[in-house]
Amino acid sequence: MSEILYLDGISVSFGGFKALNDLSLVVEPGEMRAIIGPNGAGKTTMMDIITGRTRPDKGIALFQGDIDLTRMDEAQIANLGIGRKFQKPTVFESHSVEDNLQLAQKAPRGPLATLFAKLSDSQQAAIDETLEAIALTAARRRLAGELSHGQKQWLEIGMLLMQQPELLLVDEPVAGMTDAETEQTADLLRRIAQTRSVVVVEHDMEFVRALGTKVSVLHEGSVLSEGPLEAVQNDPRVIEVYLGR
Amino acid sequence: MQLKTSTWLFAVLLAAVTIIVPILNLAVPETSPLHFPTYGLSLFGKYLSFALLALSVDLIWGFCGILSLGHGAFFALGGYAMGMHLMRQIGDRGVYGNAELPDFMVFLDWQELPWYWYGFDSFAFAMAMVMLAPGVLAFVFGWFAFRSRVSGVYLSIITQAMTFALMLAFFRNDMGFGGNNGLTDFKELLGFDLRSQSTRVALFMASGTALLAGFVLCRMIVASKLGKILVGIRDAESRTRFLGYRVEHYKLFVFTLSAVMAGIAGALYVPQVGIINPGEFAPANSIEIVVWVALGGRGTLIGAIMGAVLVNLTKSYLTAAFPEIWLFALGGLFVGVTLFLPKGIAGSFGLARLIGARGQP
Repeated sequence: MSEILYLDGISVSFGGFKALNDLSLVVEPGEMRAIIGPNGAGKTTMMDIITGRTRPDKGIALFQGDIDLTRMDEAQIANLGIGRKFQKPTVFESHSVEDNLQLAQKAPRGPLATLFAKLSDSQQAAIDETLEAIALTAARRRLAGELSHGQKQWLEIGMLLMQQPELLLVDEPVAGMTDAETEQTADLLRRIAQTRSVVVVEHDMEFVRALGTKVSVLHEGSVLSEGPLEAVQNDPRVIEVYLGR
Repeated sequence: MQLKTSTWLFAVLLAAVTIIVPILNLAVPETSPLHFPTYGLSLFGKYLSFALLALSVDLIWGFCGILSLGHGAFFALGGYAMGMHLMRQIGDRGVYGNAELPDFMVFLDWQELPWYWYGFDSFAFAMAMVMLAPGVLAFVFGWFAFRSRVSGVYLSIITQAMTFALMLAFFRNDMGFGGNNGLTDFKELLGFDLRSQSTRVALFMASGTALLAGFVLCRMIVASKLGKILVGIRDAESRTRFLGYRVEHYKLFVFTLSAVMAGIAGALYVPQVGIINPGEFAPANSIEIVVWVALGGRGTLIGAIMGAVLVNLTKSYLTAAFPEIWLFALGGLFVGVTLFLPKGIAGSFGLARLIGARGQP
């Protein structure tokens, strides 16, 4: 089976600043990958490329072996099965928790289909299941805007699950969370990774350790080092980048 | 589709107004204090058409975040389509007695009817154009604007430019729409004298019915999954995109539908006021519509209707009683509501929960 995500030689610059510089990264089906790196290393830009928000100046971005991501827009890529969680939790604040999940649920996406859409029993069951998984069953009728920061992060992860993506991109899921919440989130992501590929961008080393997964270190727009967390942490180049200057 | 009780209550209220006011006009003797005067019918019929227009703006602004400052253009186009039919209905009863050409064309010494006036003899054709002319313009305009992801204040500015450009075009005599004077001196519609009491009653009832239908339609739309997506686009457009929705298709759908509603409102307006001229395209008109919606309460539908009727009632009173202060009053009202009732009348006084504001039907 081919790679779920294949990035090769991706470069992009914004007004002379090289955000990504010959970046190459491969994610296998069912793999969970953590991406770490200092600020400005290009982590978010990489996600922008994968999800079609930014076009690379050069390089190849393939999904499931042969689908060229650089030619598609956000909606097409989302419908291929790539879900994205933003750094800042982004949910529909004036909708209820339940409605947020319903809107994310995999279903026909056209205006006419949604105008006449009715929630089926199996769809409702899927929503209930996800509510349970993200521990928001009790808050299902509350407006998403009223949730705590951590709950919003979970709701957004829940929305990604409803999309039934093949690949999940998760940008700093535990930023601003308490230790207990961080632990629960790590647990949630590990469970998700049992059935699909997950790429997690994170600053928090404790969290990355809790995920217990292969790590890629980004620096100045390209991959500096790759491997298990212990190996990466002992890599002299990584130590220099993080502590050297 | 489940609709809230308040929706039904308001719908019943609209239906009651549509039926009771004509009864008060026709069946109650003029000497009775309950009698509703005939001139009032056309005045209120006009308010109802404005309410439909406000509803169309609330649908896109309140629920999808598209602030159109050019909706008066769609209203005016619908009005012109109706006006063209009414002109053809005059026949040879015009000042020049020319059965082939409207008066203004005779005056300009035109020899034959321009091709784009063909078909307007037919009521059915004219009614189709009432919806098609604004609908097609909105579709083409929206196609380019939304595909290029023009939004926010930039979109507002180009909608304003659109209505301004149309105003300048319609002012020109050689456009063939009556230039500065517009279309007027209408005689009858479907064979009924426009000045007769019964015709005015019928037009009032048509306006009430159209408003009721528009209200129920909008409610059904905002209560559907599509409506929830519209609110999603309003609040977090990129989230909607990354969920796989084509935001431009949704905006185009609702913008076109809204323009058609505005066109119908214009078609109901024209026979009740007896004239349509390029002044209807004036940018200030479009801004005024937005003020009605803001005053009534954006994103509530009911608020848009209330705002349109209340502001225009006040306008009718003030422009007659104190003509020089009307604009100050409108400005003051807008500033006051923005400062003290930011959610508008319908969104304040505990009404929000009652009528389901915030796009929660």
